[in-house]
Amino acid sequence: MSGWNKEQMAARAAQDIPDGSYVNLGIGMPELVAQYVPEGREFIYHTENGLLGMGPSPEPGDEDPELINAGKKSVTALPGAAYFHHADSFTMIRGGHLDVCVLGAMQVAANGDLANWSTGAPGAIPAVGGAMDLVAGVKTIFIITRHVTKTGDPKLVETCTYPLTGKAVVSRVFTDLAVLDITSDGFSVVELAPGVSLAEVIEKTDAPVRQP
Amino acid sequence: MIDKRVESAAEAVSVIPDGAVIMIGGFGSAGSPVELIHALIDSGVKDLTAINNNTGNGEVGLAALIANGQVRKMICSYPRSTHSKVFPELYRADKIELELVPQGTLAERMRAGAAGIPAFYTPTGVGTPLAEGKESREFDGREYVMEHALKADFALVRCDTADPLGNLTFNKTARNFGPVMCMAAQTTIVQARRVVAPGEIDPEVVVTPGIFVDRIVEIAEPIQESALIAAKGRYP
Repeated sequence: MSGWNKEQMAARAAQDIPDGSYVNLGIGMPELVAQYVPEGREFIYHTENGLLGMGPSPEPGDEDPELINAGKKSVTALPGAAYFHHADSFTMIRGGHLDVCVLGAMQVAANGDLANWSTGAPGAIPAVGGAMDLVAGVKTIFIITRHVTKTGDPKLVETCTYPLTGKAVVSRVFTDLAVLDITSDGFSVVELAPGVSLAEVIEKTDAPVRQP
Repeated sequence: MIDKRVESAAEAVSVIPDGAVIMIGGFGSAGSPVELIHALIDSGVKDLTAINNNTGNGEVGLAALIANGQVRKMICSYPRSTHSKVFPELYRADKIELELVPQGTLAERMRAGAAGIPAFYTPTGVGTPLAEGKESREFDGREYVMEHALKADFALVRCDTADPLGNLTFNKTARNFGPVMCMAAQTTIVQARRVVAPGEIDPEVVVTPGIFVDRIVEIAEPIQESALIAAKGRYP
């Protein structure tokens, strides 16, 4: 089978996070990144509900309902962790104190626009959480996403059709097919997944793709 | 000697009238002041504007307050929950108003309200539907949107330890919006797991100074909202 599975995508994204980074991981696939910290590197995880130094899930039976992450799942606090209130937590995010944020996406545009909070469909319940704050404030925004939707529609597009989360905020995209940078000339392939051709990436991307 | 304690959750919330704007602490189930919210349900006040990160879980706490028809408008960042259909159903039926605010902007609007700052500029939300109709301005080549301060008539907050003067400490991530809501409300009502004598909380570890707290009720063994939901609890 060609391409990366979601664990391999997460591991690939983790490779590009510098040692010592303060990192916020979005809910869902981005959470997997924490399981693939490269040997010899240390990341400090921030969760926007008020914890720096977040550790892995507790053993069953050790859950504390007052110790959760932004996805409302039970977590642990590592030695050296700190708790703080929401205004301080978002000061870290909005003031540019966090180094890297890894988020999921519904669509990423060639200019780095991101849509990941609402389809805008009638009857949908709009829910934004901290996504707009993260993309506006964190220094580097990584996206981890399947290259196409379940129905085969490209998620990497010329212009987002869904409501935006932020304008020109994405630096790099990790998909099951490739790693791509957002450049001033649009999508640029950094690396192809095993068994994936540039032609396949080009075919499944709804915007020009360059290979430097 | 100043003593802000009251006898019961019912007495604590008895000052809240119809039409009040109320900040309610908690993120998901962590830090939800369940006993105070249930007392508010018992009081029957209506036409409330509720401010919380979410819209409640299961059929208890904030979700129960909404289900009981007491909330006219919700101000929050994330009105979806895997545990609750209460808000989405009322929203789709056009029976409740929603003001959706990015989570950090929500916290910062409270902080501004608390600090006497009427409005501020932020890059959060620029170029999105949540900035539509808002004043914008460029600083150093970047676009910012103006957001207004958010204040409330009341805050309902759960803490760990309080003293009679209203100095508070919290527990882990149950802290979340509590401290900033205490500061942004005209009248702050707190449920504390325990109340200790003045001086027993080291001044160096006080998280919320007593000036921001008005009424305290001791709830020694508070309900964990997550446990109520797991047991499929309902209120009333």
